[in-house]
Amino acid sequence: MSRYIASRAIRGAHLLVNEADDLLRQTIAEVGSDAPVAFPNTAYYLPTINGMMGVQVETLGQLEPVLKHARDLLHPIPSDCRWMPYLGETLDSGMATLFAAEAIEAVRFVRGDEPQRIPGFHMTGGSFTSPDAGANGSGGNGYLNGPIDDVQLRSWGIALVDGRMPGFAAIVGAAKSNEVAVKIVRELQRRNILIFLSGNVNGRSIIHQLQEEGVEMGYDTYIVPFGLDTLSAIYALGFATRSALTFGGLKAGQAREILLYNRARVFAFVLALGEIDDLKYAAAAGAINYGFPVIADTVIPQILPTGVTQHEHVVSQPFNTIPGKDDLERAEKLVQKAIETRGVKIKLTEVPVPVPYGSAFEGEVVRKKDMRVEFGGKYSRAFEYLRLLPMEEVEDGKIEVIGPDFSEVEEGGAMDLGILIEVAGRKMQTDFEPVLERQVHYFVNGASGVQHIGQRDIAWIRISKAAADKGFTLEHFGKILHARFHGEFGAIVDKVQVKVITDPALHAEWLEKARDAYNERNERMGSLKDDAVDEFYTCTLCQSFAPTHVCIVSPERLGLCGAYNWLDCKASYEINPTGPNQPILLGDTVDPVKGYWTGTNDVAVKNSQGTVHEVAMYSIMENPMTACGCFECIVMLIPEANGVMVVSREDTSMTPAGMTFSTLAGMAGGGLQTPGVMGVGKYYLTSPKFISADGGFKRVVWMSSVLKKTMAEEFQAVAEREGEPDLIDRIADETVCTDVDGLMAWMEEHEHPALFMDPIF
Amino acid sequence: MARKGREISERSMDPAAQAILIRADMLGIETAFTRAEQMVPCNIGSGKSGMCCKNCFMGPCRITKDGQTGICGATLETIAARNLARAIASGAAAHSDHGRDLAFTLEAVARGEAPGYAIRDVAKLWDVAARVDIPTEGRTTNDVALDVARKALGEFGQQRGELTYLKSAPKKRYELWKKLDLSPRGIDREIVDTMHRTHIGDDQDPVHILKGAIRTAIGDGWGGSMWATDISDILFGTPSPKVSQVNLGVLKTDEVNILVHGHEPTLSEMIVAAVQDPELIDYAKSKGAAGICLAGICCTANEVMMRQGIPSAGNFLHQELAIITGAVEAMVVDVQCIMQALPNVAENFHTKVVTTSPKVKITGALHMEFDEHHAMEVAKDIVRLAIDNYQNRGEVMIPDITEDVVPGFSHEYLNYMLGGNYRGSFRPLNDAIMSGRIRGAAAIVGCNNPKVTQDKEHIDITAELLKNDVLVVQTGCGAIAAGKYGMLLGEAAMDMAGPGLREVCEAVGIPPVLHMGSCVDNSRILTVLTQMATEGGLGEDVSDLPAVGIAPEWMSEKALSIGTYAAATGAYVLFGVESPYEFSEEVSDLISEGWEDMMGGKMEFVADPKEIVRRSLDHIDKKRAELKLPVYDPHKYGKSGDYPLRDYLDLPIEEQQAMLYGVPA
Repeated sequence: MSRYIASRAIRGAHLLVNEADDLLRQTIAEVGSDAPVAFPNTAYYLPTINGMMGVQVETLGQLEPVLKHARDLLHPIPSDCRWMPYLGETLDSGMATLFAAEAIEAVRFVRGDEPQRIPGFHMTGGSFTSPDAGANGSGGNGYLNGPIDDVQLRSWGIALVDGRMPGFAAIVGAAKSNEVAVKIVRELQRRNILIFLSGNVNGRSIIHQLQEEGVEMGYDTYIVPFGLDTLSAIYALGFATRSALTFGGLKAGQAREILLYNRARVFAFVLALGEIDDLKYAAAAGAINYGFPVIADTVIPQILPTGVTQHEHVVSQPFNTIPGKDDLERAEKLVQKAIETRGVKIKLTEVPVPVPYGSAFEGEVVRKKDMRVEFGGKYSRAFEYLRLLPMEEVEDGKIEVIGPDFSEVEEGGAMDLGILIEVAGRKMQTDFEPVLERQVHYFVNGASGVQHIGQRDIAWIRISKAAADKGFTLEHFGKILHARFHGEFGAIVDKVQVKVITDPALHAEWLEKARDAYNERNERMGSLKDDAVDEFYTCTLCQSFAPTHVCIVSPERLGLCGAYNWLDCKASYEINPTGPNQPILLGDTVDPVKGYWTGTNDVAVKNSQGTVHEVAMYSIMENPMTACGCFECIVMLIPEANGVMVVSREDTSMTPAGMTFSTLAGMAGGGLQTPGVMGVGKYYLTSPKFISADGGFKRVVWMSSVLKKTMAEEFQAVAEREGEPDLIDRIADETVCTDVDGLMAWMEEHEHPALFMDPIF
Repeated sequence: MARKGREISERSMDPAAQAILIRADMLGIETAFTRAEQMVPCNIGSGKSGMCCKNCFMGPCRITKDGQTGICGATLETIAARNLARAIASGAAAHSDHGRDLAFTLEAVARGEAPGYAIRDVAKLWDVAARVDIPTEGRTTNDVALDVARKALGEFGQQRGELTYLKSAPKKRYELWKKLDLSPRGIDREIVDTMHRTHIGDDQDPVHILKGAIRTAIGDGWGGSMWATDISDILFGTPSPKVSQVNLGVLKTDEVNILVHGHEPTLSEMIVAAVQDPELIDYAKSKGAAGICLAGICCTANEVMMRQGIPSAGNFLHQELAIITGAVEAMVVDVQCIMQALPNVAENFHTKVVTTSPKVKITGALHMEFDEHHAMEVAKDIVRLAIDNYQNRGEVMIPDITEDVVPGFSHEYLNYMLGGNYRGSFRPLNDAIMSGRIRGAAAIVGCNNPKVTQDKEHIDITAELLKNDVLVVQTGCGAIAAGKYGMLLGEAAMDMAGPGLREVCEAVGIPPVLHMGSCVDNSRILTVLTQMATEGGLGEDVSDLPAVGIAPEWMSEKALSIGTYAAATGAYVLFGVESPYEFSEEVSDLISEGWEDMMGGKMEFVADPKEIVRRSLDHIDKKRAELKLPVYDPHKYGKSGDYPLRDYLDLPIEEQQAMLYGVPA
């Protein structure tokens, strides 16, 4: 600390704890101390208070001891001379501030004052998140986001751990100008850093600034507007706390471990824009406890010695003194400085396109009315096909547009498109073609104003008017793919050339060739069985977050995040032989039914740091595989039903197990081995090896309807394979029952096969 | 020796001391300062031109030439080693016996037999219990305290095995001790062992004699002293920073002045309570005084200052000077470093010198024996005695000189201050050393010695090290010396510390010199060094750390024991003044390079403070290099803190707002 900062932070903490006390007392007087308190869609109660104090607050009255603890953490303001040490005291006051802030936000939810509103505001995205807050781009209702819910946290999990999303920036205040505000978030987006917005300077917030400039805010663009006051910055720390609980295998109350986990693994920082008041200093002191440094764009004292944070604690980078030809360049450097201070290493592939580029734009939606042109969908056909060619047949960097450009197409119209990517590389294998091809979706989507959906010959791409106005053309698809394949797969790909085909005859010809290739691949994949290979792969990608979890990926069981199948792991091993995906030599078969090999068991022990002794690949009942926290679904035993239920992470409703996904996730994640509970990738459900030791897919008695809908075809095929063609209709979902009694009644009525199977245990 | 006829300013650099020394001269009162000038120390006993053995009465034997032996045939080396070993045993005995008495007090408190005392720091009791494997769950405080007290007492009388606290040392160090057979078996046993083997006709191999002495010293640092510190914290509270004052100016012209002097907190804490008794304050007022002023001298001062904020009237050489102010109604002493001269000096004034320890009586002093079972009664009697004496006060001269201090940096607080309740650790300190903001650390400890100008060696060395970005921790009389010159204040960081050290001090809000307690609390420094070594980044043992220990004005045998246990823990220890073993090159080399080879730590005696600084910095830089840390560069740091912004922050708020985003470079 500096004494100046310490004084202001401690003063801010006193004010906030008093405010929290007053608000709580008043609200208890109005609604009683038994009134329920909760943040929407989280199993972690008030997450910061829960994580730090191990207290599960469910009613207003339970906040009283929390605030008493906060008060105990307050210290006197250091005097002007003969001062006492203040660093530890200020950090304590920072924690007090966080507890008080979270308490106030919780009370505001009780009072209906959270999430906050801005007239005319609406968030982007067709996301499933925060339905209770009613935000979600349902348009114009004016709600800000409030806290991030568990579902969103988990769906970001894999990106956070595999480095696609290096961390988060908690921006508090307002930028010098709207232009600077936009530039700052664009720079962060470009690096795929999550952006949390809160606070204001004299009533004006960066949220207003971005809204005025038409910047889309919402989960899909990585820009989350928490609220207009400094208090709402607590949601960033709640997010950080939950990361440790969700992925780190830590328990509520392990305060020190949670804080150190964040210091070591969550690359977050606070960007304080504009004047800093006492409360912002106090909240910053709270953030520093998590190891998150604070970078200010104004003149404030600096705290440069390291320790509580990994690098500097507080850095002052007065905006006007940043060298640069204009404010935009200064904004860029400010972001660079912030990233440097947190010590985040970001690999930035420069993509030569005339629009902003980064994963943050992957979720961007191009609406019909904003669209310049589309390829695929209802009115045209688009496909993408990646193939391996001999070295001499590929000219690196060659990008051809064969056929007319879209300038001829009327605004909002459609045209046929084929993207043919030809790669060469000494370590490239035909097996890796689909692995690389699947990346086209992410790579193309990264361009701002370009939307990509689907894959293969059901690809559907839109280019917005804004992007077209900035000069985005068909050639840029080639530029993007060339740059990104080199950037991400440089270890196996030496040369990349791209043909963008719109010429009708050539389009038809290549579409045929592509379809042949897809069929061939399907057959190959279909023949890729667990017993046909000698090695499985580890996936320890998540160990940066979940240090004791290891996925064992086999041809018939993909990683629980859904992002890595056996081929992906194989390719990844080629790319990085010392990386997270290592081959597992199976060794001796111990039990082919349950799926035990000496090799897999050894790896489980070693990579779980000894917390797990055995893993059954095909059973949920005996030594099931552990999970980090990024799983797409949870499979859980329902003993009464003699079967299992499958809950999708997109399903926020109650389940027959008496718990929502969020609560269940706490049992399934963090590297814990809990018989009867398992987090899985949704495509594992369709595998013949899906809990095959326990009876297979026929054990599924209940399943979130969203899964049934989105994977209808795949499940139908499974049902037929299992010899129960109408099985899917006999599986219950949340629309018919959310309790065991209802489930049993449904199963009896529909004669679900699980009722007639051997006891599951 | 102190030169005859030296100027007042050569006797002490402390202006308060100088004022009283002038007064003493005028009143014709002798002090240690003048006696030192009259005393010609024995050239042989001082180790300058020979070595003296008095361990039997065939001699005493004086060895003044190479190859000469004592009557029994003892060589120069054996005699030098034996003399050092005996000094260490005596020092270790003093410290450890202090610890034993505290253990007895804790036992009495746990049994409810010590009215007035309480267990003030239950958390520390729990912590200590955990360290010595005493179960705590579901047990009462008193039950646990009784077990802890018995455990401690057991360690003194233990015959076999090893002391429990040794395991608190870095693992490598603990194993080294085992390997070298240096692990003390019991605190008392090692002292007896050293006394035995230095008797006529026993151990006559200098290396082997000193091995025994090292074991004895470890039994002090990692045994008796550590127990003394821990039990004091349990009974009286673990220190944390508070504001207090030092120097003679803390005495009051219109209040009853009581000084507590010596080392143990047991009685002095009771006197602290007694002087706050409204009845006694009223009694003092009834005798015409405005109130009661309590202050300390020497390490008792440190004990009550860091826990209760009671001011200190000064360090070791201030004990006579305080009486010469004429303002002291009673000087209450317990054990260690109490000059026999006190009653003689007091005869010139109304001051009552009161001895209280069953171990310490001084001819001419009033003896009011204290025991923990009747502590409060004795304390009140002593206070009443002082109040009754107020009316006998004659003319007084209290120098109007005091300085504020912020003492009380226990290792527990260090841990807290570097991260608060939730993130406490030594990480920021280690980081600061690793980055080179802090070049290294120095523990500057020990006594006053009238052979040299009082405080000057302490202050010169401390000031120079601070300028070189060395963080200083202090205990004992050295700490009080630093306090007198404003070094124990956060402000000192601003004008006395180098740029990197200033930055760290400003970040944490600490003085550049940390007061860690009394001399028995050097055990706290062992704990700090251990935590630094185990936190990561600075090696894995104390001997890897860029740190030194310095006793610039040492005089007591305890200092030699402290130096030895510090060296045995891996520290480089430099003693000032001069070497009592100088005449034996072999022993001088043995405790230097010999010990360094063996244990990574060593002891050297260096009279010149500039040379002490040079060797300290060399050692620190050598250790930095061995750790592959960046070479210390004084120009690299110093950019943070409030100080570069002072001008900005002084602007009116409107102007601050106008230049909020800074003025473009």
